[in-house]
Amino acid sequence: MGALALAATVATETPAVPGIAADFSNDNIWVYLVKAVLIIVFLLTSVLMALWFERRLVARMQVRIGPNVHGPLGLLQAVADAMKLLMKEDITVKMADKVVYILAPMISVFSSLLIYAVIPFGPEVRIPFTDFTTPAQLTDFPVAVLYILACAALGVYGIVLGGWSSGSTYPLLGGVRSTAQIISYELAMGLSLVSVFLLAGSMSTSEIVNQQERFWYALPLLPAFILYVISMIGETNRLPFDLPEAEGELVSGYMTEYSSMKFAWFFLAEYINMLNVSAVATTLFFGGWRAPWPLSAINDGMFNQGWWPILWFLAKVWFFMFIFVWVRGTLLRFRYDQFMKLGWKILIPVALTWLVIVAIYQGVVEFGEIDRQFFIYASLALFVIAILGLVVSSFATKAEPEVAKKTEAEPFDAFAGGFPVPPLPGQQLPPSPRAARRAAAAATAATAVLEVEAEPDTTTKTEGTSGD
Amino acid sequence: MSNPYVPLLFLMGVAAVLALGGVAASAIIGPKRYNKAKLEAYECGIEPTPNAVGGGRFPIKYYLVAMTFIIFDIEVVFLYPWAVEFRTLAVFGLVAILAFIAMITVPFIYEWRRGGFEWD
Repeated sequence: MGALALAATVATETPAVPGIAADFSNDNIWVYLVKAVLIIVFLLTSVLMALWFERRLVARMQVRIGPNVHGPLGLLQAVADAMKLLMKEDITVKMADKVVYILAPMISVFSSLLIYAVIPFGPEVRIPFTDFTTPAQLTDFPVAVLYILACAALGVYGIVLGGWSSGSTYPLLGGVRSTAQIISYELAMGLSLVSVFLLAGSMSTSEIVNQQERFWYALPLLPAFILYVISMIGETNRLPFDLPEAEGELVSGYMTEYSSMKFAWFFLAEYINMLNVSAVATTLFFGGWRAPWPLSAINDGMFNQGWWPILWFLAKVWFFMFIFVWVRGTLLRFRYDQFMKLGWKILIPVALTWLVIVAIYQGVVEFGEIDRQFFIYASLALFVIAILGLVVSSFATKAEPEVAKKTEAEPFDAFAGGFPVPPLPGQQLPPSPRAARRAAAAATAATAVLEVEAEPDTTTKTEGTSGD
Repeated sequence: MSNPYVPLLFLMGVAAVLALGGVAASAIIGPKRYNKAKLEAYECGIEPTPNAVGGGRFPIKYYLVAMTFIIFDIEVVFLYPWAVEFRTLAVFGLVAILAFIAMITVPFIYEWRRGGFEWD
C-alpha cells in the first residue's frame, strides 16, 4: 500500500495522459472490473428507481396516488414488473428475420450501458480503510464526449433493426420514425455541445468538469444548454417527442412485436438513455460533481472532496430526470411534421447562429486587441439593431405577398436545368404525364357515357315524373 | 500508464453478458405455449398487411432526412477538433471555420427553399 501511495504522489506531479484531469495510473485490471460492474449495478438500480419515480410523480401531477402496494411506498413495483417480464413467454413472430430480431434489443441495451464509462461521478476518492485512491470514473480519454455520441448513435441501430426485422407494419413505421427523429435531434445536440468544447478546450469529461470550477457552463452558454435539454428529450423518444411509440397511431412503435425480456431490454435501454443524457447534461453544463455555489464555498471546498461530490452528481442527474417527468406530465405529444419542423427549421439554425456568436466572441476576446466590455456593448447594440431591423422589415413586407401572389401563375418547367428540381414556393408543377392521361381518359369516358345515356336518360326522367 | 481505452473492454464485456444473459434467461425460464395467432404480425382485428422483411415500404421522406443528416453530421464532426484546438489555431482557424459554416449554410438554405424540410 505504501508503494501505491508513493506512485500516486509521483503520478499527480506528471499527468498520466495530457489533456485529462483525472489520473488513472493507480488502476489495474481488478479495479476496472469492479468499476465496470458497479456502473452496471448503478444503472440497473437507477432504472428501477426511475420507473417508480416517474410513475409516482406523474400520478401526483394527475392527482392520483400511483403505485403504492409493493414494498414501502411502492418502491418494489419496478422489481415486480421486471420479474414478471422475465417469466413471460419469449415470442418470435413468424414473419421476423430471426437473427436481427433477437439481436436488436441486445444492441439497444448494450450501447446504452456503455456511456457511463466516461462520466465522472466524482474526483479522486480514497477507498475506506485503505490508502488506495482512484478517480470515481471508469476511464477518460481526450475524445470522451465523441465516444458518448458514438454510443448514442449506435443505439439507433437497435431501434431501426428491431422495427425492420419484426416484419410488421407498425414496427417498421415506428423504427424509421424513430431513426429520423434521433438523427435530426442529434444534429442540434451535437451543435449545442461545440460551444462547450470551445470554452473548455477539451473533449475529455474530467477536464470539462475541471474547467467549470469558477462557473457552470449552463450560465454563459444558456442558449446552448436550452438547445441541449430540448434535443435530449427528442433524442430519448420521450414525451412530448415520443412519436415512435405514439400509441394512438403506431400501437407501440418498434417494440410492438417484442415480448418478455426482449421487450424489457428496449424498455430498459430507453430509461438508461434518459440517465445517460442527464449525466451528460450534468457533466457538460452543470459542473459535473461540483457542489452548488453556496455549498462549494463552505470550509475551503470541503464538499468538493472525497465522497461528497457523488452526492451532488446524483442530485443533478435526478434533477434532469425530474425535468423529463415534469415535461411528460405537462406537454402533449407533437405532430410529426411539427416535430421535424422544430428540429430542422428552429433548433439547427439557432444552434448554428449561437455557435458563430460564441466563436466570434471568443476569437475577439482571445486574439483581438479589443476591450472585452466594449465588445459586449458593441455586440449588444448590434443585436438590438438587428432585432429592430427584423421587426421593421416584417412590417414592411406585410403588404408584399398580395403582389407576389398575382405573378405566381407563370408556368414552371421542372426540367429546365436538365434534371428535375422541386418547385419553389409560389411555383406550380405542371400535371404529371400519367395524371394528364388519366384526366384525358376520364374526359373522353364522361362524354361517351353522356352520349350513351342521352337516350335512356329521357325515358327514366319521364318515368320518374309519371310515377310522381 | 496503461491504455485509457482498455477499461472500456471490461464494461463492454459486462454489458454484453447482461444483454445476452437476460434474453437467454427468459428463453429458458419462460413458458412455451404454441398458438398460431400469437406468431402472426400484430394488427387491430383485421388481416395483417403483408409486409415481408426487406419489402416493407415507408415514405421516401425518411431517406431524405437521413441524407441531409449525413451532410450536417460531417459538419459537426469537423467542428469538434477545431473547437478543442481553438486557442492553437487562433485567427486562421476561426476565419476558416466561419467560411466553412457559411458554405454549409448555403445548401441548408437551398434545401429549405426547395422544400426539403417540409413534411406533408
